[in-house]
Amino acid sequence: MEKHSEKFRTWAIIIAAHLMVILAWHLWVTIAEVPTYVMPTPKMTIMSLAEDYNWVHNTLFTAAEIFGGYILACIVGIGLALFFAWFKKLEATMMPLVVSMNMIPKVALGPLFIVWFSYGMVPNIFIAFSISFLPILLTTARGLQETDPDLIDLVRSLRASKWQVFTKIQLPGALPFVFSGMKVAVVLAVAGAIVGEFIASEEGLGYLMLQVQVTLDTAAMFMAVLLITAIGVSLYGLVLLLERLFVVGDSRVE
Amino acid sequence: MTEQKTTEPFIQLSGLRKVFRTRGEEFLAISDASFNVQEGELVSLVGPSGCGKTTLLKIIADLYDFDGGTVKIGGSGINFDPGRDVGMVFQQALLLKWRRILDNVVLPAEILGLPVKESRERARDLLNMVGLTGFEDKYPYELSGGMQQRAAIARSLVHDPKLILMDEPFGALDALTREKMNLELLRIWKESKKTIIFVTHGIAEAVFLGTRVVVLTSGPARMADMFEVELPYPRTLDMKTHERFGDYTRRIYKLLGME
Repeated sequence: MEKHSEKFRTWAIIIAAHLMVILAWHLWVTIAEVPTYVMPTPKMTIMSLAEDYNWVHNTLFTAAEIFGGYILACIVGIGLALFFAWFKKLEATMMPLVVSMNMIPKVALGPLFIVWFSYGMVPNIFIAFSISFLPILLTTARGLQETDPDLIDLVRSLRASKWQVFTKIQLPGALPFVFSGMKVAVVLAVAGAIVGEFIASEEGLGYLMLQVQVTLDTAAMFMAVLLITAIGVSLYGLVLLLERLFVVGDSRVE
Repeated sequence: MTEQKTTEPFIQLSGLRKVFRTRGEEFLAISDASFNVQEGELVSLVGPSGCGKTTLLKIIADLYDFDGGTVKIGGSGINFDPGRDVGMVFQQALLLKWRRILDNVVLPAEILGLPVKESRERARDLLNMVGLTGFEDKYPYELSGGMQQRAAIARSLVHDPKLILMDEPFGALDALTREKMNLELLRIWKESKKTIIFVTHGIAEAVFLGTRVVVLTSGPARMADMFEVELPYPRTLDMKTHERFGDYTRRIYKLLGME
């Protein structure tokens, strides 16, 4: 009962905070008489949905890029980390390389991806992927190393197989780290997909923003940004939900 | 082979020597440790930090190899499988955060592939014995440090090992909880009838718990003394004020150069 009302309170605060920002936005634009091509009101922003900008299609297109790139990043990031954990020698040679790769501004690879994969969804998925998989790889690898040596000794004294150590201790122990990497990666995947659309695309919300920029339809640009944010928030929420299901309260890494 | 059923000790260490080598440098961790442990004994290993107590324990657990001497565990009358008959407790409880207490206790049985149902039953009984009835389905973070350590002790017993190795198991607890856990350990030891080797740097703790005390000194690490503690069981906290108790602790202080 008490827990229930506490949850309600938390949600009420979250919603109220968002509404307050919208209200402040509205008041600022109307009271300060900001020109609408600089800053539309919240209402105008919503109204832009009525314009024929193929909203649904563009939103789904961008969402597909983000989710596609993100899922790929999770698979490759976690997969590589597991692979490294099993083949320690490989990790020793590959990890420095991975760290250097992390320093490459992935955004700068955009034009190259276009050359390699041509226009459309595929190169944008790859940009989203390439920008977001490294944090997942690095945190997962870190998590797999975090096992207490005494704990390893404890199970080693029982002649635990490498597989048992891995499945019963290392892997579940690494999960909180995996999720912390996955949470960071959400933001990056969103940015990656949009950058891809900016560079070269004929669909998607990023593309749409460039189109309406020409006509100074700022309201539509705002709407596009809001929709991109909404995609990111839903993905983040999904990851939080998974974390809640798989990671016991205390061990979550913030 | 001669029949020595009653006289042959459970554990025989003689002239044990261990050298760590790192980057060309040699570090003598243990020089010449020799002592025996009878079945059902609770032997305290006491000494300052870095005197090789833990190393000695891990050699007995068959986790480290050694450079000289012999280690013999089991023998006529007592079968001992080093991969099956050792239970360990460390300074940290090392419970798996994502497992409930019961599932944590079951872990060794799980690794050994023991029957699931029986192991869980046994884990329940052990949790009852260490005073954690009702906490089976809690997560480790919901338990205090002392309670976590109780769970760790239950875990060390779940596969019914013949030997329990404890490495400063109460070192991270506050003084009062520690005293309480000492009494608890003596009770558990009596109930489970296990052989226990208890590593500590607490001099009073070593005397209070042990049937025998082995004293190790550092720099160079070596075995300095070994004696029987002639205080009756069940031991009570007021025994710490006995003259004999004081004699024992003074004897250890002297060896460690603190008097």
